[in-house]
Amino acid sequence: MSVSLFIEQLLNGVQFGVMLFLISAGLTLVFGIMNLINLAHGSLYMMGAFLAAAFVKITGNYLAALALALALTALIGYVMEKLVLQRFYHRSHLDQVLVTFGLILVFNDIVRLIWGVVPVQFRLPEPFSGSVQLIADVQYPTFRLVILAVGLLVALGLYVIVVHTRIGMWIRAGASNRPMASALGVDVGLVFSAVFAAGSALAGLAGLMAGSISSVQVGMGEPVLILALVVTVIGGIGSIRGAFIAALLIGVVDTFGRVLLPPALGSMVIFMLMAIILAWRPKGLFPVNA
Amino acid sequence: MPESSSNSTSVLTALKQAWPAVLVLILLALVPTISQVIDNPFIIRLFTRVVIFAIVAVALNFVLGFGALVSMMHAGLFGIGAYVVAIFAFHEYDSSPLWLIPGTANLAVTIPLAIIVTAFAAALTGAVSLRTSGAYFIMITLAFNQMLYYFFVALQKYGGDDGLQILASLEFAGVNISRRVTFYYIALCVLAVTLVLFSRLINSRFGVILQATAQNERRVIALGISPLRYKLAAFVISGAVTGLAGALWATGQQFVSPSDLSWIRSADFVVMAVLGGMARVWGPVLGAVVIVLLEALLPNYTQFWQLPFGVIVILIVVYLQGGLADLFGRARQPGGGGH
Repeated sequence: MSVSLFIEQLLNGVQFGVMLFLISAGLTLVFGIMNLINLAHGSLYMMGAFLAAAFVKITGNYLAALALALALTALIGYVMEKLVLQRFYHRSHLDQVLVTFGLILVFNDIVRLIWGVVPVQFRLPEPFSGSVQLIADVQYPTFRLVILAVGLLVALGLYVIVVHTRIGMWIRAGASNRPMASALGVDVGLVFSAVFAAGSALAGLAGLMAGSISSVQVGMGEPVLILALVVTVIGGIGSIRGAFIAALLIGVVDTFGRVLLPPALGSMVIFMLMAIILAWRPKGLFPVNA
Repeated sequence: MPESSSNSTSVLTALKQAWPAVLVLILLALVPTISQVIDNPFIIRLFTRVVIFAIVAVALNFVLGFGALVSMMHAGLFGIGAYVVAIFAFHEYDSSPLWLIPGTANLAVTIPLAIIVTAFAAALTGAVSLRTSGAYFIMITLAFNQMLYYFFVALQKYGGDDGLQILASLEFAGVNISRRVTFYYIALCVLAVTLVLFSRLINSRFGVILQATAQNERRVIALGISPLRYKLAAFVISGAVTGLAGALWATGQQFVSPSDLSWIRSADFVVMAVLGGMARVWGPVLGAVVIVLLEALLPNYTQFWQLPFGVIVILIVVYLQGGLADLFGRARQPGGGGH
């Protein structure tokens, strides 16, 4: 493997990892605080992408379209939580899995009803469509760099909010011991609604970024959701730091696995990594309730 | 599973408890006749699907309903069984060896092989996933399902994404079993044997420990029993039967593809078990009948059939706690469910 290919793949891997982190952040916090498995989180990823594509078509303005799409995805997540998921906090995980599975089917068909079955094209605007000379002979597409930068910035912002602010403290308190946090005066229900909406927006952001790399289509959220579950499990459910490290690890290992290993093995390598890590630490790398 | 009491009375009591299951099996046995009378051969194909999926749902429910292990990888195990049959048939047709082993279209060889390979895969994945519990177990099995899916997608030699058509003519030790009706009855017999196997298992010492573990793992440990071995054994048995169902699936369809391993199908199997009723061994059979029929009939009314299907799934979870089996009287105890 040449140096230039190595750098290119490393960037791809980090960029994929950052995107996985954006999806996993919501998933892991939702699970950590409310003990809720939300398979429909991948549907929000899909909604973000479709909404962004639609708003670009309507407004013609990318920034406005992105803002609208993210706000609407957050709203969809908020409504979903209030309408359906709220009733399932005290039900078994099995019931949660089934109900969010049902939601996935519903979301998929709603998207088919509105946008049809043909994948929608969604591209970032002109200045980002070229490529940049990084060093010597490494050319890298600009929009991938933009996505990488946006992802890292959001991840950093999220980290600062969760680890260094009062709201973040409430979130972490809720995640590590919900009854205790609410006994100390934290309105866990309100914090949670906010986390759920923000997590939805982040999933939507990841979706529209991924959609601009490949294409926007029905069911695009499902394989990503499962990877996000792997990230969550490896990182330790409820741990934002764990999710970040695990996401980067998965992103890089997956990207290099596909380049270096034969296809049948390369597509399995992250799941094997998960198996090895869990055999070593069944509660993930950074267990919250240890 | 030692049953020392006189056989005739135990059979009678078993019949008393399981009469709805017997009724359903008898109704299923009438399907070929009905299909002949109304001259609609499609019905047999449809119900072959019902019966094979019912085998999986019953096997899944052994760990789900009685062991409280929400496995989301049974479609993956199902696919392994199916691919074993298909790949050996491929090498028979191609007359190329699989590494050093010659291919074969003889199901008397490939079906046991499918069971062994699937059981082995269940043992490997179970050994990792059973170290965790609850939500972790669900997520990890889901991940393993996806891993198996990608594995078969990546096997370009065996069709990759497009799947693998079985071109060799499958036979069972020289007997041709590909006639639709014959095959249907074979599958139905396997379902009946599966039901008997699992009802005997859950009433054995092994099954009681499994159920006790599902209800209170700490107490079982306090009794000096290591639950992990029992859970693993249950998972492997469940996987082996699922692999058998997969082998039957490949035989019946003459075709396998990665979509047989899709995680959505894993979730479908769980829905079948829950809808049918997890507290009884035969409950999932009812779930399989309803779900397969829904999936076959809904597309006739609308192209967007997943929307009503999804709503139905949600309503089942919200309102139908005991499953359809409760229509035949309540079970002695509520089923498990991972919390």
